[in-house]
Amino acid sequence: MLEFRKDLFADERDDNLNVIGKGEQRQDMLGHVTGRTRFFDDHGFDGLLHLKVVRSPHHHARIRSIDVTAAERAPGVKRVIRGQDVPLNKNTLLSLIDFGKDDEPTLAVDKVRYKGEPIVAIIADSEAEALAAVKLVRVSYDPLPTVFDVQEALKPGAVVVNETYPGNYFEYHDKYDHQKLRFGDVEAAFRTADHVLEERYQMSPIEHASTETNGTIAAPETNNRYVVHSCAQGLFFSLGTTAKILALESNRLHFIGGTVGGGFGGKVDSLTEPLAVLGAILTGRPVRYVLGREEEMQFASPRGAERHVIKDGVMRDGRIVARQITSYFDAGAYTRLTSYGVVKCVAHMPGPYTIPNVRGDAYCVFTNRVPATAMRGFGVTGVDFSIEVQMDKLAHLVGIDPMEFRILNAYRDGDMKAHRRVAHNTALIECVQVVAEKVNWPLSETARRASSLSGGGGPRAAIPPTVTDESGRIGRPETRQAPPQLTPGAAPLPAHQPRPAVPVYQPPPAHQPAAALPNYPSQPADAAPLPAPAPPVPNAPAPPQHGAARFSSVFTRRR
Amino acid sequence: MARMPVQFRLNGSDRAVFVEPAETLLGTIRRGLGDFAPKFGCGQGTCGVCTVLVDGEPRLGCLTLSVTCEGRSIETASGLADGPTLHPLQAAFMEHFAAQCGFCTPGMLMAAKALLDRNPNPTRVEVVEAIAGNVCRCTGYEPIINAILAAAQQRGVRRA
Ligand code: FES
Ligand code: FES
Repeated sequence: MLEFRKDLFADERDDNLNVIGKGEQRQDMLGHVTGRTRFFDDHGFDGLLHLKVVRSPHHHARIRSIDVTAAERAPGVKRVIRGQDVPLNKNTLLSLIDFGKDDEPTLAVDKVRYKGEPIVAIIADSEAEALAAVKLVRVSYDPLPTVFDVQEALKPGAVVVNETYPGNYFEYHDKYDHQKLRFGDVEAAFRTADHVLEERYQMSPIEHASTETNGTIAAPETNNRYVVHSCAQGLFFSLGTTAKILALESNRLHFIGGTVGGGFGGKVDSLTEPLAVLGAILTGRPVRYVLGREEEMQFASPRGAERHVIKDGVMRDGRIVARQITSYFDAGAYTRLTSYGVVKCVAHMPGPYTIPNVRGDAYCVFTNRVPATAMRGFGVTGVDFSIEVQMDKLAHLVGIDPMEFRILNAYRDGDMKAHRRVAHNTALIECVQVVAEKVNWPLSETARRASSLSGGGGPRAAIPPTVTDESGRIGRPETRQAPPQLTPGAAPLPAHQPRPAVPVYQPPPAHQPAAALPNYPSQPADAAPLPAPAPPVPNAPAPPQHGAARFSSVFTRRR
Repeated sequence: MARMPVQFRLNGSDRAVFVEPAETLLGTIRRGLGDFAPKFGCGQGTCGVCTVLVDGEPRLGCLTLSVTCEGRSIETASGLADGPTLHPLQAAFMEHFAAQCGFCTPGMLMAAKALLDRNPNPTRVEVVEAIAGNVCRCTGYEPIINAILAAAQQRGVRRA
């Protein structure tokens, strides 16, 4: 529980809390209506240079050669930047919290993995000159076969999109090919259910389409620092990312921002900050890198595509007794934030309902699409849509009113959720009741009298025994088409630990660079949804820390 | 290419500036003259965040060449307020929560001003038509429409 220390600053604070329920003027509104709000691009600089990038026309191709001679000689061009010029040309966004391996270059060097991937940056006196020089860069490619479907990408022998993850799936804790959730015995429950319904749901990628496109203006300051006017939604996250990629101490970056012309998740990837700052370093002049609308729509990360296969067992009286969900998240060519969205998805299964037997498997899959990122509830939105459509179909199947059906299966305070968290402050029942009332939807007396505060807990708080195989594991997933090749003699399976009575979250192990091809043991039964880590290797050298992780005050290591 | 001199009035003051023949009015106002109220959103005439008034008519700054503005009068959101006194549209936008990120607001205000200047008592449909070229990704338009209608009403009261 949060403790409020009211004794601190007591004389500086008005404890008469009276804001909720009343209109309150936004502090930035006057700036908005007078046109004085300064977005990142609303800053004037003398000698401002403009940066544009050469993008891959191929979805997947090996780069044979890059010739920038003509571009370098073009009028107005001040500098051409290539992958070799980027101090740390491989990064993954969540490395700042130690989650995932560096897998994405700032400028592609040997291979492009999606259409629109940046390869060369041109800095010129004007935007027009930079764009003209972009056309003069000669890149020769060997096109490679492509994969665009998540389930195709998981098949053995599929084209490898991103060599950091040779199985085309994000490796959780460097070891697991997906996130797994196990609660009770789904198979047994399917056998006794009156009906079983299996359906497949899909969601396309969605563009954030903020009215302001992504962009940055970076300029040298006189104190050996760089001022960075950024569109970032997470300003300090972007500062840490830029510091890491440019191998700079983060205190040499003076980020100014927080005024975002619409973000919705589309401005968390630091798409423009590192190159703009690198440009300012290399030219000693202010550099502006702004995406055009077409670049924003085509090549800046969207919300990723998702596919969910849901199989439910339901009794004639309307109780759902088993739910199995297999989810595939299309990360595109690089991880960015999809790995995290998948973790959120698994924690959200099986929705706001108490179901005694649940099985979930969720994959973060690499394909040759534009890398996906955050967007308004990502990880939950798609699976929620799927679950709620499925709920309507189930209600129809058993002949129960869909509102009543939700109240019947809703979670209540004290219930155990499938990922081993006790449900608190639940209010689905009340929400459904209010909606029914507002739209004059008739509810039965029982449904009207139901409450989230009663009827939960007790037997509904129990963690049912989880089905395991003879070695105490919950088994290799049958949801991916085939197991990956195991390398003989690779690291042994982690020892199985008996499940503790009260499951505790254990932090993931520190990231270790994989020494050999990783192997993929099945997950131990005691970890859901975050698997318990393998015991740390004694005397393992501390993982190298880049400047950003050391200096960042926001992304402190969660351990 | 040779730069060309252009003179126009910007929010009531005479300005002279050298422009490239292909330079847009949006570029000249923002980077040339330092008035950053009109925004760049697409450069293709699809979003309306660059809307300014040229001789009272709403124009897309990103599709208007600066050289065509010789001798004209240009208005942007920076010139709406009279010192500390807000234009009724500005006050109504504040009152009705008609901006979230605020990026569409300067263009939206100018489209609305053009409407009210020529039609002081617009219907809801006329308001919707007047801002049909202005994209807002945050508010869902409803608060903006309400704000414009409220401003019209308030101006009517003041005039009466
Ligand atoms: S920037 Fe002019 S219409 Fe979009
Ligand atoms: S307030 Fe954000 S686009 Fe309109």
